[in-house]
Amino acid sequence: MTVDTADIGFAELGERPWRLALCRLARRRAALFGLAVVVFFVVLALAAPLIAPFDPLATDWRLVRKPPSLLHLFGTDDLGRDVLSRVIWGARASLMAGLVSVSIALAVAVPLGLASGYLGGFIDGVLMRIIDAMLAIPFLVLAIALAAFLGPSLINAMIAIGIVQTPIFTRLTRGQALAVKQEDYIEAARAVGNPDRRILLRHILPNILPPILVQATLAIAAAIIAEAGLSFLGLGQQPPTPSWGSMLNTARNFLSQAPWMAVWPGLAIFSLVLSFNLLGDGLRDALDPRA
Amino acid sequence: MTAFLLRRLALVLPTLFFVSIIVFGLQQLLPGDAALAMAGEERDPTVIAFLRQKYHLEDPLPVRYGLWVKGVLSGDLGESIRIKRPVRDLVLEKLPVTAELAALAVVIALSIGLPMGILAAVKTNSAVDYAATMTALWGRSIPNFWLGILLILLFSVQMGLLPASGFVSPVEGLSRNLSTLIMPAFVLGNAGAALIMRRTRSAMLEVLSADYVRTARAKGLSETRVVLHHALRNALLPVITLGALEFGELLSGAVLTEQVFTIPGFGKLIVDAVFNRDYAVVQGVVLCTALAFVLLNLLADLAYMLVNPRLRG
Repeated sequence: MTVDTADIGFAELGERPWRLALCRLARRRAALFGLAVVVFFVVLALAAPLIAPFDPLATDWRLVRKPPSLLHLFGTDDLGRDVLSRVIWGARASLMAGLVSVSIALAVAVPLGLASGYLGGFIDGVLMRIIDAMLAIPFLVLAIALAAFLGPSLINAMIAIGIVQTPIFTRLTRGQALAVKQEDYIEAARAVGNPDRRILLRHILPNILPPILVQATLAIAAAIIAEAGLSFLGLGQQPPTPSWGSMLNTARNFLSQAPWMAVWPGLAIFSLVLSFNLLGDGLRDALDPRA
Repeated sequence: MTAFLLRRLALVLPTLFFVSIIVFGLQQLLPGDAALAMAGEERDPTVIAFLRQKYHLEDPLPVRYGLWVKGVLSGDLGESIRIKRPVRDLVLEKLPVTAELAALAVVIALSIGLPMGILAAVKTNSAVDYAATMTALWGRSIPNFWLGILLILLFSVQMGLLPASGFVSPVEGLSRNLSTLIMPAFVLGNAGAALIMRRTRSAMLEVLSADYVRTARAKGLSETRVVLHHALRNALLPVITLGALEFGELLSGAVLTEQVFTIPGFGKLIVDAVFNRDYAVVQGVVLCTALAFVLLNLLADLAYMLVNPRLRG
């Protein structure tokens, strides 16, 4: 007896899982919108020297706190600098913080989580207690403490955010590795004599990547907010280099005289974070249709 | 019950041990000589010698850790080098302010998140559900310090309705106290509401398709009674755990919110300490927040067990 796969909804049978996921992602308009906005900000950050209408560091005492006009679309700040140019250049700090800190977290957490979940035993027990301890300290409180002890700078803020995000990824990787290692194909790989390292890298890792990818996208959003928060407190990007968080910190002092100073950098953070969240949610739905 | 408590405590103790290692380890991150870093820019040799002796910086690391833990266990969190007061006193002084702010934020988060989560689950794929999902996404994406600034712009600068900053103790006047706290509490509660809404919605969706809910409907009970009396009671269980986990987020948010609204609480204490290089205060605040988080999680587990008959055994 032959079965028409199209009739029972298996038309996609035989397709590669990643291609299927991409097709599902392409059908989600919110996720595509998120992706488009993320790409827009990436282009903005990369092409900042070409796009920004003015030098983001150039001060002009004649232009102090000027409201938005045709020449300065987003107005000027307390030192007469063009807010639009600073918002464009500020995208660099935010995107870099998001990408670098999540990369740091992944580089540490994935090997640790894989080893912990696959090997189990005493090391797993100790590692999980360390993770519990790190998770017990509120995200931003630990990031502030780390940034404070390391010294205020964008690099240290990224390291601090990366360290703070490590336990989340370690726990996720461990949980996924624990679930996957029970599968028959892992048993089979072990039975034919594959060494542990090969099983971890060739058989387990590719199968646990989708949830890690989703978490990474959402973690970039959290890292962007955290970097903006640290810069807002003066622990991230140091002035005069533009960063959305430090721009908001300055704007706070001129709310009644120059409200536009507070609107644009905040709107930029909100748009970028919202886009990463939309993209992350879309990826989750695309990679795990049961979710 | 006792066995559960003992098992849970057995897990808490190693966590607390590692928390203490992390908090103590923070000081080791100071680049170069810790005494020089703590002494500030004056670098007075007397101060440096005093700090070396006070923090036993000449002793080996395990000895220093042992002495630090001994102090912490006897309630000595060190002394603020700037304000010259015990860190414990500073923490106890600021704690009620942040606690009041956090409590108000939780009330706001629950009063927005719970009804929206229930409505979104009952009317799945409707305009209400769509609006609730959008609200949750907004709550997750908006930086709370920017929301705070926008609220100040609107309600303080433009309309002149609420004070832009500062804090009035409830003893000095409850209405003035509330007027200083309502905006920061809303800012803090906004993110919490999004989380509670999402969790309530998914828990309610799961429960509403359960057999006992179908039975309740088949008995002819009104939909309101089915939702509120039968479904919600069980759907609330995971929300309790979320409440404890939310506490960490709340404290993280409080740091920035207190800074925006100039509220003299826990968050402002740690930020001021960072800029004053008052590392003992930073360590004290981190340790206390972690302790509070661990204890709250323990309490949440106990509450979860008490309200869930299946776990009582």
